[in-house]
Amino acid sequence: MATTIHEPPRIDQDRLPEKGHTGNGGRGNFVPSGGELRETLDYSPPPSSTAIWVVLFAVTMMFAAFTSALVVRKGSSQDWQSFTLPPILYLNTLILLLSSVTLEVARRRVSAFMRGVKSHAENPARWLYVTWALGLLFVAGQYVAWTQLRAQGLYLATNPSSSFFYVLTVTHVVHVLGGLGGLLYVIRKLSKSALRRNAMVATARYWHFMGGLWLYLMLLLWFKL
Amino acid sequence: MHDMSAQAVHHHAPPTSFIWKHVFSLDHKVIGKQYYAMALVAALCGMALSWMMRIHLAWTNAAIPGLQLLSPNGAPGGVMTPEYYLQLMTMHGTIMVFFVLTTAPFAAFGNFFLPIQVGAEDMPFPRFNMMSFWVTFTAFLVLMASFFVSDGPTLGGWTQYAPLNAVGSVAGPGQGMGVILWMTSIALFCIGQLLGSLNFITTTLDLRVKGMSLMRLPLSAWAWFITSCMGLTAFAVLLPACILVILDHVAGTSFFVPSGTVMNDQLLPHSGGSTLLWQHLFWFFGHPEVYIAIVPGIGIVSHILITNMRRPMLSQRVLIYSMGALAILSYMVYGHHMFVSGMNPISSLVFSFPTLVITIPATIIVLIQVFSLYGSKLRINSASLFALGFISMFVSGGVSGFFLAQPSIDIMLHGTYFVVGHFHMVMGVAAMFGIFAGTYFWFPKMAGRMMNETLGKIHFWFSFVGAYCIFMPFHYLGMAGNVRRYSTFVDDYLQPLIPVHRWITVAALITGAAQLVFVYNLIHSRFWGAPAPDNPWEGTSLEWSTATPPPWDNFGGKLPVVYHDPFQYGVKSSVGDYVMQASPEQVATEHEEK
Repeated sequence: MATTIHEPPRIDQDRLPEKGHTGNGGRGNFVPSGGELRETLDYSPPPSSTAIWVVLFAVTMMFAAFTSALVVRKGSSQDWQSFTLPPILYLNTLILLLSSVTLEVARRRVSAFMRGVKSHAENPARWLYVTWALGLLFVAGQYVAWTQLRAQGLYLATNPSSSFFYVLTVTHVVHVLGGLGGLLYVIRKLSKSALRRNAMVATARYWHFMGGLWLYLMLLLWFKL
Repeated sequence: MHDMSAQAVHHHAPPTSFIWKHVFSLDHKVIGKQYYAMALVAALCGMALSWMMRIHLAWTNAAIPGLQLLSPNGAPGGVMTPEYYLQLMTMHGTIMVFFVLTTAPFAAFGNFFLPIQVGAEDMPFPRFNMMSFWVTFTAFLVLMASFFVSDGPTLGGWTQYAPLNAVGSVAGPGQGMGVILWMTSIALFCIGQLLGSLNFITTTLDLRVKGMSLMRLPLSAWAWFITSCMGLTAFAVLLPACILVILDHVAGTSFFVPSGTVMNDQLLPHSGGSTLLWQHLFWFFGHPEVYIAIVPGIGIVSHILITNMRRPMLSQRVLIYSMGALAILSYMVYGHHMFVSGMNPISSLVFSFPTLVITIPATIIVLIQVFSLYGSKLRINSASLFALGFISMFVSGGVSGFFLAQPSIDIMLHGTYFVVGHFHMVMGVAAMFGIFAGTYFWFPKMAGRMMNETLGKIHFWFSFVGAYCIFMPFHYLGMAGNVRRYSTFVDDYLQPLIPVHRWITVAALITGAAQLVFVYNLIHSRFWGAPAPDNPWEGTSLEWSTATPPPWDNFGGKLPVVYHDPFQYGVKSSVGDYVMQASPEQVATEHEEK
């Protein structure tokens, strides 16, 4: 092997923190604190931008497992009974997609607020509240869908098709509730001028993913149930 | 000597109260120790169960003192019933696979050392990290609680095959509440490990200190990173599988129970479920789980061998790629556990091919380790001995895997002790040796005191020889047709094999007793061992750059800067034959791999 002399470390400049912080943080990640724009706190932000992809991957694997279970279960027996999806699900789909739109508006407004654009300085959390309300409305709509199925005599154990309907929709709602918790966290941090941009972006990604996941589930339920 | 250029940046203040400092701690080092302590208790429980099983197998009618207190119905007069044997076997497998082999090499050592090895002050999500341990600990308690329900723990084996796992107590003792507790425990365990994987991945990718490129990570850090990626995929699939089983139990669904199933003369009210579905979901987790247990061991012993050989591996890069290949291929081979399930023979062929292919990266890893050892002046100590033992067990157990990879042979051997010998050596003992090696190597840094080397070597030789005495005969038993999972061997053709079982039992008792030497060494050294210097093994990676034991923020308020690979040995520097990663000293080296 060739003899070499070590050179000083070569670092990707984009990842070098300015104050010797760990991680990939830096300036511009914080909502103004104490009235001083672009003021950063004493530590780099947690790497939530990576973490959210890890979380979404785990959620994807979980629903992939449920999907494969549905496909195998349907294909392995003769007891599968199809049923018509409750119509309110289509309205719920619209509500969830609309919440993604309002969240995107909120994210842009908060981002502009963080950059110090004065036109967005007043109550940047307004659209976050709207998104949160739409999310809650979606959860309520899902509950109505379950009651409608129950009224038809379709319970969790009635048929494998209804079993999968409840399992998939309830699991999705549990994840949506997690997203609602994330939105509350963002609103709270924003009100304290301590919101990190990464937290806002991660929450938005998660929420949009919930919308995409629901579209996928709707297609799955529509084709398979 | 070290360039500490950064300022104090720890993002949560050190706790002062006992509860927040030692119980609900956010410090990754405390959490790592908590995982280790839990794994140690679990290992002792698992070993005690194996002792009882071995005594019963060798002397069927022997009363085991105290066993009737644990279960008056399962062991009347101290003699275990066949059902109770299966219950103990199930708990032994579950405890060892989940709460020892997964938690100790990955969660325990990884939690303590991964942030330090990458140069971080903590994991990025300390609260999730704390939750990870306490959810896992709750899972352990839930599992152990099944010993104390009316009909005891489940008897379905650690694989919990359907439909026995989903029909309730009609399938036997423990199949009601015992299964529900088992599934709840494992579901909680999955959540805990997912939280842990989240932290491990983000720590590795985002918290590396200045100068720490990916290729400058120690092999142990790489192993934990790869393992966390595997865990993220595997546990995210096992979790929904457990949920579906619980629903079959408590909600009357029929995911896994076929229609017309009659059990103990009862027609079960389920319809149309698929038993194979459980096997697919379980083994999609189950085979990667084998590598979740063993890959950290590969990384740990490689790290230890490099330090003690005073030279790098032949190729760090190839070793890393091989561990990655093991991780990816582990998802493509899971069907080899189902050769006897009645699956399509073409499917068996499809799963057989990657099963043989996966031996290639495994062989490359072993060859790199062995040829790196060739000609080296290895420093012999307890850690390096157990590292050598790891390679020995991994090879010995892995060779029998070649046979089992072929469906035609596996069908003959699958239900026999041959498989028991195979997986105990390649997954169980090898991983345990990785844990022991890591303990002897890192104990000084974790506890601030040295372990007793003489006791460590006694522990090694009894464990090494004992493990071969126990598990090699299993292969012979399997080839002789000795069926596994039987609690007694009453058939004529099995009678001549009973002396072999007695030999194994005696070996197991002696080898198990040797583990008590380790426990004594661990506890005694923790309080009365000689104070450990900061770098007792003359290592190069960042854990040896900081104080012993490491301060609250790992580096005393100033983060290191990394200038070198972690395997700069065999050089002439101001401190000896090595250059630490955090040393700016420039020396002529023969090794550079970026």
